[in-house]
Amino acid sequence: MPSDNQTPANTPDPRTIQLLTERENEILEAWIENRVQSSDFRETLMSGEELRSDSQTFLRAFITAIANSNVEEMRGKEFNAIRRLLLEISEARAAQAFSPSETAFYVFSLKESLLPFLRDEYKNDPEFLLDEINKISKALDKLGSFIFVSTIKNRERVIRQQQQDMLELSTPVVQIWDRIICLPLIGTLDSRRTQLMMERLLERIVKSRAEIAILDITGVPTVDTQVANYLIKTVTAVRLLGSTCIITGVGPAIAQTIVHLGIDLTGIITRNQLSDGIRLAFELTRQRVVAINSTGDAEAGAEKGDSDERVQSAHP
Amino acid sequence: MSAFRVPILKVGDVLIVSIQSDIDDRTVIEMQQRALEQIERTGARALLIDISLLEMVDSFTGRMLSDVAAMASIMDAETVVVGMQPAVAITLVELGLELKGVSTALDVDDGLRILKARMRDKQRRHFYATKENAAAG
Repeated sequence: MPSDNQTPANTPDPRTIQLLTERENEILEAWIENRVQSSDFRETLMSGEELRSDSQTFLRAFITAIANSNVEEMRGKEFNAIRRLLLEISEARAAQAFSPSETAFYVFSLKESLLPFLRDEYKNDPEFLLDEINKISKALDKLGSFIFVSTIKNRERVIRQQQQDMLELSTPVVQIWDRIICLPLIGTLDSRRTQLMMERLLERIVKSRAEIAILDITGVPTVDTQVANYLIKTVTAVRLLGSTCIITGVGPAIAQTIVHLGIDLTGIITRNQLSDGIRLAFELTRQRVVAINSTGDAEAGAEKGDSDERVQSAHP
Repeated sequence: MSAFRVPILKVGDVLIVSIQSDIDDRTVIEMQQRALEQIERTGARALLIDISLLEMVDSFTGRMLSDVAAMASIMDAETVVVGMQPAVAITLVELGLELKGVSTALDVDDGLRILKARMRDKQRRHFYATKENAAAG
């Protein structure tokens, strides 16, 4: 392809440009009409005024851009302005949760509204009409695919950001009592998260001299061999520091999976509910929660029910 | 020939060994040797190894820790390892060295408490066993 910007084959005829400039407002109206009527316009995501201002800016920039440049290349500085504009639009739309194809169709839909104006103008010269339609189409196709790609890139960036945020948020270590800490785990565990979780937990144990660390997996949907392996490693590391780890929130589903997978959890203290784990933690640190009766006296033996609980303690 | 760099202190029935940050294999072996000799010489009943200054660990040092515990146990002395750094714990776990059979504690305070409780338990067991034997005999 010749890259000469002035090649007539790739630059729309001055007459076309003039036509577009003169009838810009009509084209804009037709385009907005088309968008509002179409099934994929969602007023919940974007207001009419926003659509109008976006569309107006885009149309004007488009006409300026194609006036002097090669539509095949779309590299000239005439296209810089429109590219910047498209990046802005795609960024805004990615934040508004538009899908990439919706955003691309927004650009493609300009064709539908714009081409009838050319048809009316060049009624008597079908060959010329076809040429001009081709050029306009090419330019819009390029811009459409450009906005498609940049929308996907923007969404990926948003997703990466969210992943990072989640990673930060997902490992809170909570101090439950003097020298008892708890790490509630929520969501799927992968190696990066587990590594971070293990480091945070161990650092916290050393800092707060925690005797008991409760690892609550109520919010973990499934356990596979890898996740179980991570848990075992964490429990071992906690033991090496000199404190005891209790895994709580082991429901029927997880218990079944663990046994079916043949994972050996002997030597690891597990409990069904987080509350059972906390109770055990109190027991291991020789503390007791006692109910207070109406006169305000602590009632001894309020926890009689727990006496049959077997305790595997690391510190006999 | 450098001087021995691992101090071993005797406090009551307990020998306290403090490992420094830059420890090499030769020092590790020497420490093991010296600790066992001290147990024999002083009749200490417990060994407390403080590794809170140890920032890095290799498989050799890791194995040494469980070896010393096993050897001391044969010589009737309890062992507890205290003050392990998180990074060291993670390394040992990744190396697959779980130090099974070694007691651990967060710091020297906790370690001493555990050792005292252990020694008391052992004494009680011994006492009852003797009484039962006497009753049987």
